[in-house]
Amino acid sequence: MKVIELQNVTKTFHRSGGQKLLRHYLEDILGKTDPQLFFALKDVSFSVRDGESVAVIGANGAGKSTLLSLVTGLAPPSSGSVTVNGRAAALLDLGSGFHPDLTGRENILLNASLLGFSRRRAHDLYDSIVEFSELDDFIKEPLRTYSSGMMLRLAFSVAVNLDPQILIIDEVLAVGDQKFQAKCTEKIFEIRNQGRTILCVSHFSPTLRELCDRALWLDHGQLVMDGPIADVGAAYEGRLSRPA
Amino acid sequence: MWKGDYLFLLQNLVVKDFKIRYRNMSLGVFWSLLNPLVMMSALTFVFTAVFPNNQIENFPIFVLCGLVPFNFFTVAWQNGTISVANNAGLIKRVPVPREIVPIATVLSTCVHLGIQIGLLLTMVIIFGRGINWHWLWLPPVWGLEILFVCGITLMTSALDVYIRDVRYVVESACTLLFWMVPVFYAIHSVPQSYANLYQFNPLAALILALRTILIDGDSPSATLLLKLAFSSTVVFALGLYVFHRLKRQFFDYL
Repeated sequence: MKVIELQNVTKTFHRSGGQKLLRHYLEDILGKTDPQLFFALKDVSFSVRDGESVAVIGANGAGKSTLLSLVTGLAPPSSGSVTVNGRAAALLDLGSGFHPDLTGRENILLNASLLGFSRRRAHDLYDSIVEFSELDDFIKEPLRTYSSGMMLRLAFSVAVNLDPQILIIDEVLAVGDQKFQAKCTEKIFEIRNQGRTILCVSHFSPTLRELCDRALWLDHGQLVMDGPIADVGAAYEGRLSRPA
Repeated sequence: MWKGDYLFLLQNLVVKDFKIRYRNMSLGVFWSLLNPLVMMSALTFVFTAVFPNNQIENFPIFVLCGLVPFNFFTVAWQNGTISVANNAGLIKRVPVPREIVPIATVLSTCVHLGIQIGLLLTMVIIFGRGINWHWLWLPPVWGLEILFVCGITLMTSALDVYIRDVRYVVESACTLLFWMVPVFYAIHSVPQSYANLYQFNPLAALILALRTILIDGDSPSATLLLKLAFSSTVVFALGLYVFHRLKRQFFDYL
């Protein structure tokens, strides 16, 4: 079964940084515009089957994060179609729903509800989240007293313990100290071995090579290569080492 | 897309807003009581000592019946209008239904509203107007007002994403509204031809209804209730429609 399918997807942004002033609207109406479009993704097609783990690699600004926002349904494509079956939990920019003045406990519950969990499920999972984060002593303190590593630990614990059908990971494999990193990696492998679908955006690393079977290589918004991770990885690293 | 527990999410967002506002304040929720009391005293001083006004009895509760709805309306509308743009992090990264953000902001203002209504009712009793059966009208009348605020906030919060000046338009509108709504004057001082129009403004209609219920001890008139119900429902439906039309492009504009 295909859980994610993208057909001829193009995503453009305005060069003006999204913000339009009244002046721009008037120019639009008067037809004086010279639409300066930026192609974040250009005619990208691929599909991901149930249980596959796919890496998306590419340089900064290649369109990786845009791709993830399309898959999670946060942004509509400019053209083409995006189909997703199943609930995708995104580890996009961990802790985006967190607020510094709330305690760890309040943030866990808030984030769980943002990710779509019912009151009962959130309370059931609460203990395992706290246990995983190893932050028992601080859970009743406001988040602003946390170190940045502690904050990431909490965010990661919430996301992975909420049992997503499709796990989307955006450059967050490196969380906390080494011990915790190992624990995170182990958890992600555990999720993969349960047959979940994983879409992982990251810089190319040995862990990634081990985690994913397949890789998509994006370059300037275009899908350059799609295949087994060993081949794509080799081609990608080959390109990097050679001066362009 | 997002098939979560709306009530749980709404509750968490409302509690979050409320806690953030008061957690670091020494006086906490007392601010909700202090503000209307100070305004009530100032307006009472102006309109009984500076511009003596013999037509209105019990001026303090008369003006409080105007201030409580007016404060609620302006605070909820202004905070709600900026809520979508201010929660860009959430909107761009979590696929929650976008409508929930402005609605949660309006509902979190309802917590203060509850406290202020408590103050208003206490003052009414202190001034010797007892409790009566007509008080049963209070919940539906306030409910309609909240519906109206949600509607208008959905509209302006969506527009504010595209044109950030909307928040200043709202701010100015609120300043203007203080004069255009019978907060400190009685509706019978307004010429008849304008007075009928006032009732279409749900805020003015609410103030009039409150005075009828709490000061005159009577039920609000049927035409007033109908106008209030009609305009609140229309504004809410329109708000949902506008928001729905505009939300698709939020990601690109935030």
